[in-house]
Amino acid sequence: MFKDIEHLIRLAVVMLIALIVFIVVRAHVVPRSFGQYGHYRGAALGEIASRPVALAGHEACETCHSDVADLKKQGKHVVVACEACHGAAANHADDPGSIKPAKLDTAILCARCHEANSAKPRGFPQVVTADHANGVACDTCHQPHRPKIDLQPETKGTKK
Amino acid sequence: MQIPVEGFMYPNEVELQWSILIVLYPFITGLVAGAFILASLERVFRVQAVKPTYRLALLTALAFLLVAPLPLQLHLGHPERSFEMYLTPHRSSAMAMFGFVYLWYLMAVLLLEIWLDYRRDIVLKSQTSTGFPRFIYRVLTLGSDNISERSLQIDERVGYFITLIGIPSAFLLHGYVGFIFGSVKANPWWSSPLMPIVFIFSAMVSGIAAVMLLYMLSTRLRGREIDMRCVDTIAQYLMYTFIIDFSLEMLDLLQRIYEADESFRSLDFMVHTRLWTSQVIVQILLGTVTPITLLALTQFLKFSATARKRIYAVAGVLTVIGIFAMRWNVVIGGQLFSKSFLGYTTYKMGFATREGLLPAIALMILPFIILWVLVKLLPPWPDAALSASGATAAHGTS
Amino acid sequence: MKITRRHLLVLMPAAAVAWKFVLAGTPEASPNYQLTEHWWAMLMDLTKCIGCGSCVRACAQENDVPDGYYRTWVERYHVTDWKIERPQVESPDGAKQGFPANELSDGKNFFVPKLCNHCADSPCTQVCPVGATFISPDGVVLVDKNYCLGCRYCVQACPYGCRFINPKTMTAEKCTLCYHRITKGLTTACCEACPTGTRQLADLKNPKDPIHEFLKTHSVQILKPHMATGAKVFYNGMDGSVR
Repeated sequence: MFKDIEHLIRLAVVMLIALIVFIVVRAHVVPRSFGQYGHYRGAALGEIASRPVALAGHEACETCHSDVADLKKQGKHVVVACEACHGAAANHADDPGSIKPAKLDTAILCARCHEANSAKPRGFPQVVTADHANGVACDTCHQPHRPKIDLQPETKGTKK
Repeated sequence: MQIPVEGFMYPNEVELQWSILIVLYPFITGLVAGAFILASLERVFRVQAVKPTYRLALLTALAFLLVAPLPLQLHLGHPERSFEMYLTPHRSSAMAMFGFVYLWYLMAVLLLEIWLDYRRDIVLKSQTSTGFPRFIYRVLTLGSDNISERSLQIDERVGYFITLIGIPSAFLLHGYVGFIFGSVKANPWWSSPLMPIVFIFSAMVSGIAAVMLLYMLSTRLRGREIDMRCVDTIAQYLMYTFIIDFSLEMLDLLQRIYEADESFRSLDFMVHTRLWTSQVIVQILLGTVTPITLLALTQFLKFSATARKRIYAVAGVLTVIGIFAMRWNVVIGGQLFSKSFLGYTTYKMGFATREGLLPAIALMILPFIILWVLVKLLPPWPDAALSASGATAAHGTS
Repeated sequence: MKITRRHLLVLMPAAAVAWKFVLAGTPEASPNYQLTEHWWAMLMDLTKCIGCGSCVRACAQENDVPDGYYRTWVERYHVTDWKIERPQVESPDGAKQGFPANELSDGKNFFVPKLCNHCADSPCTQVCPVGATFISPDGVVLVDKNYCLGCRYCVQACPYGCRFINPKTMTAEKCTLCYHRITKGLTTACCEACPTGTRQLADLKNPKDPIHEFLKTHSVQILKPHMATGAKVFYNGMDGSVR
């Protein structure tokens, strides 16, 4: 009887060996942090969190540019964070001496928010720039950090 | 490359994620499942008429099953990481479970059944052949050349048991492919509980048609006479499964049209425009209604054997084309519309790119090369030399 | 500075040193960050959005988002009279440069910023075959790009179109809710750059977070609630036509 099922036993042994090889390989290849928090590599959390930031955040800007922060407090743009207009500046914050943020073109920049568009909320200040400024740069009249015109401050000191 | 968009797509939706390679994948696994189910007809349900195709069907299933994961591998962004699917399978993912279903089907069902069925031939060939083939046969015997009557009887019984497991496994294999699509709730074109069942029946249809064609072709190439009782029976089964398959698809369609949920207007427009040719013309009219009608005609009218052979050949080819179109319409169609239901994108198929037409064609030729090698190695028809040297042939009637 | 994955490993300690002053200024910063004490979400006050696209630009800068793909974007809706089932929507280049003027007066127009909803029952993490995308213990849906196969199943599964395949890494990518910022006590890049306060990062586990008062006093919606994804981006003043 055994002789007649010998080939089947041999097959079973081959399959068993394959299974054992799989289990051994699996134990060695699965990343160690896998399953730490759930069905994923726990170390991934740290890797993703360690990415360097590009936008410094207005708190970082204000540690040096406190004068601009004070100026902004006098007007409506107090709610607008620095990098909304100036762009990502973490590398400038890292190395303020050699890396300077690009100078801005108010003709493009102001229009992005304030160009009239029927989809914008009613109360939001909007102008048709072609009619309103007639080609004159916005910062000829408006101080971007404190845009209201009637109380023009003495200095324009924005760029340090 | 600018992809033409009509209406509004969410900006990340413009590019299609799953290409023609993912069309091939359900198509190929469908052929596997269908061919196996045809083979099990003889073994489990004792349909003696289809016996000449039994071994051919098994080898066809194996050849296509070996190719099935290749389009997936080629499509992955990181093929070298695909083994993670076996290392850390995510239990809630249909795709992860499919890896195990595939492995189970390949190792525990198909290879085992073929090995048991061919063991006598393998042992005899390991004694008569020379050179490299002899080495391969010797490895395949696993070092046991016992082909006593008792051992073959045991093989027969174990083989029967494996076929018994094999039928639900084949259903599982392709039902799972259907579930991969049917369970995506974000996509109304896919999301349907009928999807796995439709996939199983369309798999049977395509597999039966493919084996029938391969049987007729290989018999002719060998210069033998086609067993008409065999192909008549297969054609009959093809017609029945095709009618069930078509009914299920129409049921799904009817439900969609009648319910007309939020996605309906968008999908309806898509079927009438971008999918009109591939869905209505190729899949439904040419690839389903025509072959069913042809097959039905042979049931009601008396045709000569030659005429029947021709009708079966035409119906078989149309069927395979129709099922391919069905896979295309599911996979590609499901990505042409926006999930906002406000717009449509376009599928631009590359040619000699990684996921282009050329690799797709190569992947469709590959199973036939594998099948050719398998047929050389393990001839599915009675071998004159073996019959002379061994006992009476166990299989084949032609 | 372009940061690739390989650089990142080198930069990890360097970045930590460079940012010590940021960390010093915010006591709740990373060394003390407790995963279990947060459950992140976002508030989107559509009554304030002006469609300027600052969020899209800031996100692209912050996260090195490849051109033509969007971790966040803004849509402009145009709805005529009662036809809320057939809005006209557009989002040119994801609104990275804002929107061209469009004075359609026959109906209403408004903007809708979109990003990953960081769903609590996210369909995208459900389908990942290997566990390369997951919900972090603090409620952020993340992708492990060193483990992702690039099978794209998650892209198909997201009902909101928030995922894409990064053509450089060939792995799935999406909004991380600026995980590298919020774990350091900063807000997300999009919230930082939003000039109107439309976007507000919110910590649902923090009882002092203003979002609780806001949710108590406003009619708030989530996107595609019928998908039952447990979306955590809450939209105030959202029209029924938004999908």
